[in-house]
Amino acid sequence: MLKRNWPVAALIALLVAGLVAPLATGASPAGFYVEVVLGGLMAGVLYSLVALGFVLIFKASGVFNFAQGAMVLFAALSVARMAEVMPWWLAALLAVAIMVALAWLIERLVLRPLVNQEAIALLMATLGVTYFLDGFGQTVWGSDIYEINLGIAKEPVMVLDRLFQGGILVNKEDFVAAVAAAALVAGLALFFQKTPTGRALRAVADDHQAAQSIGIPLNRIWVIVWSVAGVVALVAGVIWGAKLGVQFSISQVALKALPVVILGGFTSVPGAIVGGLIIGVGEKLAEVFLGPVLVKAFDLAGGGIENWFAYMLALLFLLVRPEGLFGEKHIDRV
Amino acid sequence: MFYRENGQFKTTYAADQQMLPIRQDRLFMLALVVLAFAVVPFIASDYMIRAILIPFLILALAALGLNLLTGYCGQVSLGHGAFMAVGAYAAYNIAIRVPGLSFLVVLVLAGLAAALVGMIFGIPSLRIKGLYLAVATLAAQFFFDWVFARVKWFTNYAPSGSVSVPNIDLFGLVLNTPQRKYLFVLAIVALFALLAKNLVRARVGRSWMAIRDMDVAAEVIGIRPMAAKLSAFAVSSFYCGVAGALWGFIHLGSWEPLAFSITLSLNLLFMIIIGGLGSILGSFFGAAFIVVLPILLNQAPTWLGIPMSTSMISHLEFMIFGALIIFFLIAEPHGLARLWAIGKEKLRLWPFPH
Amino acid sequence: MQHARRIGEPILTVEGVSLSFGGVRALQNVSFDVREHEIRAIIGPNGAGKSSMLNVINGVYHPQDGRITFAGKVRHQVDPHEAAERGIARTFQSLALFKGMSVLDNIMTGRNLKMRANLLLQALRIGPALREEIEHRAVVERIIDFLEIQAHRKTPVGRLPYGLQKRVDLARALALEPRVLLLDEPMAGMNLEEKQDMCRFILDVNDQFGTTIVLIEHDMSVVMDISDRVVVLDYGRKIADGTPDAVRADQAVIDAYLGVSH
Repeated sequence: MLKRNWPVAALIALLVAGLVAPLATGASPAGFYVEVVLGGLMAGVLYSLVALGFVLIFKASGVFNFAQGAMVLFAALSVARMAEVMPWWLAALLAVAIMVALAWLIERLVLRPLVNQEAIALLMATLGVTYFLDGFGQTVWGSDIYEINLGIAKEPVMVLDRLFQGGILVNKEDFVAAVAAAALVAGLALFFQKTPTGRALRAVADDHQAAQSIGIPLNRIWVIVWSVAGVVALVAGVIWGAKLGVQFSISQVALKALPVVILGGFTSVPGAIVGGLIIGVGEKLAEVFLGPVLVKAFDLAGGGIENWFAYMLALLFLLVRPEGLFGEKHIDRV
Repeated sequence: MFYRENGQFKTTYAADQQMLPIRQDRLFMLALVVLAFAVVPFIASDYMIRAILIPFLILALAALGLNLLTGYCGQVSLGHGAFMAVGAYAAYNIAIRVPGLSFLVVLVLAGLAAALVGMIFGIPSLRIKGLYLAVATLAAQFFFDWVFARVKWFTNYAPSGSVSVPNIDLFGLVLNTPQRKYLFVLAIVALFALLAKNLVRARVGRSWMAIRDMDVAAEVIGIRPMAAKLSAFAVSSFYCGVAGALWGFIHLGSWEPLAFSITLSLNLLFMIIIGGLGSILGSFFGAAFIVVLPILLNQAPTWLGIPMSTSMISHLEFMIFGALIIFFLIAEPHGLARLWAIGKEKLRLWPFPH
Repeated sequence: MQHARRIGEPILTVEGVSLSFGGVRALQNVSFDVREHEIRAIIGPNGAGKSSMLNVINGVYHPQDGRITFAGKVRHQVDPHEAAERGIARTFQSLALFKGMSVLDNIMTGRNLKMRANLLLQALRIGPALREEIEHRAVVERIIDFLEIQAHRKTPVGRLPYGLQKRVDLARALALEPRVLLLDEPMAGMNLEEKQDMCRFILDVNDQFGTTIVLIEHDMSVVMDISDRVVVLDYGRKIADGTPDAVRADQAVIDAYLGVSH
């Protein structure tokens, strides 16, 4: 991967340098640095989950699903509201059914009629789905901020106080979230490798027409893919909602996940994970350590670096390695 | 019966190449121009001018700019709100730091600033296309959102971060009535539409469309992709910059940094998709649609006598908006401009069926 | 077919060109030359690397080894628009026409290189910009007359039948007024009448404008009839090079076409 590609090597070196700079220059105590990194990793896990949904759909149908964020919100809203009248795990199961129904509707009403159009039309269509879902979700479930209570203690726990001075604050919730995400990824990996449906999905991702010619029903596959993406969105929504509360701004998450798939590669599941973690940590480090430096240097009115850091990083990657860390290179043959 | 080309033969290439070769089209355009310039200022209410006509014209200009880049040159941009912001802030800074400049000069300078920025953010288009390019343009959007919110110089160190514009002076004529503002904006937009129409019929326009349709083939016949793409970004951003300056100075009067957020960028994209990619007329149709729709949706419950809370109305707006976009993409992917063209085709045959 | 032609010195020389895509070797150490004003055919079984060879000549692919000499300038690799500027034009096997534009506009894009007026003049459509539009329109109309597609000039190319689209492709290449014209299977998918028309056009171009022609073609009768010399490729290697008669009798060529393993 790094053979003849010095710009990529330079970029990675830059990233690593940025990563260790706060520690190496002694600008912050080690314990605090680790906390920031952990916080970044947590955010990164959430980004990865959303990006995972993107990658699944893109792999199987070539559609870039802008509505993934809205799906996360819708799923979270469903669980939050239904959990007011039933145990949360039951609400989650019902929400799975809702997401599958949603997937079926989207395939039927939006994807099938547009199957022959160019990528930008499909992108715009998913944008339309986003708007619709946002409005519909809030009409049905309401537009306040809701809670999801998973029964996990919210107080942070102090760990490793012998290693780092003062110890490090870790949230139990975050830990559970990371485990859940890992379980999800492992489950998906098993699903793709071992089950016949999973194999069919990989075939469709490779070549639609070839898959059709061996009898794989394309439409059904797409419903399955969007359902799986819906379940992934549900997991992301529940985790995010439990941590931050379920609110409208979650759908903006889709915009954060775009740089993740640029870094990781549009068609790579491990790429979504790695990309998400890099973006999560990078953002936090930039906001906490780079931000004050910039504010001082340019006399800025406040930080907010996180708003564009991910995108600038993605832009750099686009110029140097557009297919991402793990994606496939696209060759145009004439 | 009315709309036939019969008898209108052209004997020179110049005549064949004119913008409106059919006489009926020319008459229609003349009537439209007379209506817009001479009739509307007298019969339209102040509200109509301020809330509908002026925003429509300015957004049409911005949509036109985006259409040149995305519809004619095929380069997707989700960040054109940023270029409008650059135009608005550039105009503001020039107007307050160099007093005495005519607003026309300010507009042109603002446009040039936006064009420069556009070209810089267009550089990635030489290596990446489609969705990847859209992400790069989003980087521009978020970056400029942040720059204009945080770098205090741009807002002249205003504590609230928002700016307020001085009076607009046009060689001594102050634009202080809605009618004057309307006529000024109308004149600018009409001129820019004319220039755009000329550009797309000329060498550069053809190079844009060639890059859009098949960039490898375009390169093979000698079109330099860099020149074509960067010129598209430059002209497109110029238009958006001027539109942004007009939006800030004439429509808003004062604004905060988030006035040019991604919502605006997405709205511009919707305008050109619904109006028609690759069509000057389509940009106007799309802008009209996006401007009028929320107003209709807002008033509809009152007209229908159904009481509804404002938040419910806004949710419904979102739903209907999303549904309409999907509907348009399915039913007429080439937008309202294609529907218009089909209408004209039918009119040519009327009253005969075929 | 015999016609008087003044075949000159080599104008295009391919030396030791090798091209691979990942593990696939498309061309291996191919060398040949093309003389000015001649009609040179490149033939060979499917997958022999013929299109790749044309793509290397006009810069769409960059070879790993070898060089191309054109009109005295030696290059290891060239960009496609550079090749066009220096006088190489081509048509494509899969018709790379601009589907969003009319026939007239497609051919006008071929005149892009010759048009000079700046952006502002084009926007105002006055002076040099206006004159250029009319002048080059006249040139394009002559090409349209030459290829007999007058009736279709305002039609969007996507709506034309395949044979006419091929003519538009040729017209666009001719609009560059090239010194060398690379034709990639110009007669693919045509019936006998269309093939005869296309042969006539190609010969006329070579005759009237003196354009050197390099063409890839599968129809042997066409190759034998109109070409001056032939290059035969098989599995990316050159296996024969000479006059049509010499090549037809060459055993290696016969083996390649019959699929005899060698």
